[in-house]
Amino acid sequence: MEKALVLMGCAIGAGLALIAGIGPGIGEGYAAGKALEAISRQPELKGDITSTLLLGVALAETTGIYGFVTGLLLIFVAPRIFLGML
Amino acid sequence: MDITINGARILGEIPILGGIPITETLVVTWVVMAVLTCLSIWLTRDLKVRDISKRQAVAEKLVTTAENFVRTNMGEKWMAFVPFVSALFSLSILSSLSSLLGVFSPTADVSTTLAWALVVFVLITYYKLKTSGLGGYLKGFCDPIFVMAPFNVLGELFTPISMAFRHFGNIVSGAVITTLVYWALTVANRALFGWLPGVIGEFLSGVPFLTVGVPAAISLYFDWFGSAIQAYIFCMLTMMFISSATDE
Repeated sequence: MEKALVLMGCAIGAGLALIAGIGPGIGEGYAAGKALEAISRQPELKGDITSTLLLGVALAETTGIYGFVTGLLLIFVAPRIFLGML
Repeated sequence: MDITINGARILGEIPILGGIPITETLVVTWVVMAVLTCLSIWLTRDLKVRDISKRQAVAEKLVTTAENFVRTNMGEKWMAFVPFVSALFSLSILSSLSSLLGVFSPTADVSTTLAWALVVFVLITYYKLKTSGLGGYLKGFCDPIFVMAPFNVLGELFTPISMAFRHFGNIVSGAVITTLVYWALTVANRALFGWLPGVIGEFLSGVPFLTVGVPAAISLYFDWFGSAIQAYIFCMLTMMFISSATDE
């Protein structure tokens, strides 16, 4: 019974952790849209804008990656630790 | 059918200091380093001033690109960092791309990326101490007011952790998604052709028709694009953090 509860908690937690993917999705879409506007205004700066965009997007992705790492920990690492505690 | 997603396997153990495990990460990293060393030696053999060979042209192009990369991001006085940054970049990109050969990618292990990030962290701290001295370094933590000190310390400590997890997470997420898609396509393939009666169904469901094509496109994004971008980001952040450490 406790085992089932622990596994359930870990699975639900991993699912909740991946909600973190929403934020970077919105943010990166916004950044890409703005970059598109900038390129259409000044097409000659396309290279600079693209490299800055990629850097910004990769930075914004970090929060999503934290969620993903938390999910991985909850699936692969946490059950073993918590079940060992029982 | 089962999905297996696992980290680096332990292949053996060095019997000193209580047993240091030899993981796949370690082996592949050494192979990558050997490849890079051989490539560098081969590219820089018998260099000439005139009548340069194609090989020398490639080597010069690579060096010039690396120098321009550092010059535009750090400035002229940081040109001593060209070897460090280009070594980090080539190690990172070749490690990530090694997953194309079917071996375990060293950057999918958090130990590798954390080690690189710690090297960068030591460099940042060294340059901060060098520019402002120990007193100035400690004073920098109480930046707007004294109360902010814990948050500043946390922010400083999270620099290497965030760099390591960014690189690790991106590569691992690519590997996990590729595995899941491959598994889903195999199951769909079996379900699709499993309806056919008798030997034909059995034969066709064993042939992975659906797994042709789609994983290649996914691999193009996650392996090629993702690896290149992550190597670029890691070096970019390294350069920005180090050069901004001396600004204050």
